[in-house]
Amino acid sequence: MQVDIVITLRESILDPKGKASHHALENLGFNEISAVRIGKFIQLEVDTDDPAKAREMAAAACEKLLANTVMENYEIRIPDSTTT
Amino acid sequence: MNFGVIVFPGSNCDHDAYHALKHIHGIDTSFIWHKDTDLGDVDGIIVPGGFSYGDYLRSGAIARFSPVMTAVADFAAKGGPVLGICNGFQILLEAHLLPGTMMANEHLRFTCKFVNLLCENRDTPFTAEIPEGKILSIPVAHGEGNYYADGDLLKKLEDNNQIVVRYCDAQGEITPESNPNGSTASIAGICNQKGNVVGMMPHPERAVEEKLGSADGRHFFESALARIASAT
Repeated sequence: MQVDIVITLRESILDPKGKASHHALENLGFNEISAVRIGKFIQLEVDTDDPAKAREMAAAACEKLLANTVMENYEIRIPDSTTT
Repeated sequence: MNFGVIVFPGSNCDHDAYHALKHIHGIDTSFIWHKDTDLGDVDGIIVPGGFSYGDYLRSGAIARFSPVMTAVADFAAKGGPVLGICNGFQILLEAHLLPGTMMANEHLRFTCKFVNLLCENRDTPFTAEIPEGKILSIPVAHGEGNYYADGDLLKKLEDNNQIVVRYCDAQGEITPESNPNGSTASIAGICNQKGNVVGMMPHPERAVEEKLGSADGRHFFESALARIASAT
């Protein structure tokens, strides 16, 4: 099954890429966008049909490698389970 | 005395480090491939700069799981001297051999230039012979050298004397203008609590001959020669 992971910088961490993009959007007239944060999107294909197990596996992968928890948060989404 | 230079796919300062160690300082040096699990009979390790694994995911994040890193961690735990330079510093952070984390430069530009450094901790195997108060001219070349430590960690680093080098101006003053990347407290390099593992963003191996613009980087290798040779 598919597992989606969204990694974002923690609130307390300055996000220069988000800030620069926000500035560019403002220049383009997007005045109602008040903030931009840039993160990463990672898609896993895992060999299980058990959402709980898939979630657990993804969390372990995030803790060990995919996210740097000193400065990043991660959110695990299982698209199949949210649509049913 | 033998030194090992770790080589990852994407390392690109490995030969510079080898040159500085072997040809300039006469230290027996060998390359150690990242898949090796044995460091051999070495007295010191350099984790060189470059773009290991293309900086995929995060700088150093994948390299830290290379088989050789287990041996490097064991060597460090036994007090072996380890110097991580630039990407090598990032790898040591990801491997938790050093505390803190690295972020993109505050201004987002890749920065390649000579900077001034002040050594604040001469009690490491790589800084012992740096003349006190000398302002060192050493180049940086990085896009992600913005060292980040939160308030608690910064206090710990300061209390334990773990800040090894800071960016400064030509007069040795630590100013916001002389900080090339937005690093917390102008930190350019740190060490672990024991002082045997040092990581720094500037490249001392690129400043070992006057014809390259500066020979100040030699102090780091001369320190290794003096300190490590006397210990072995």
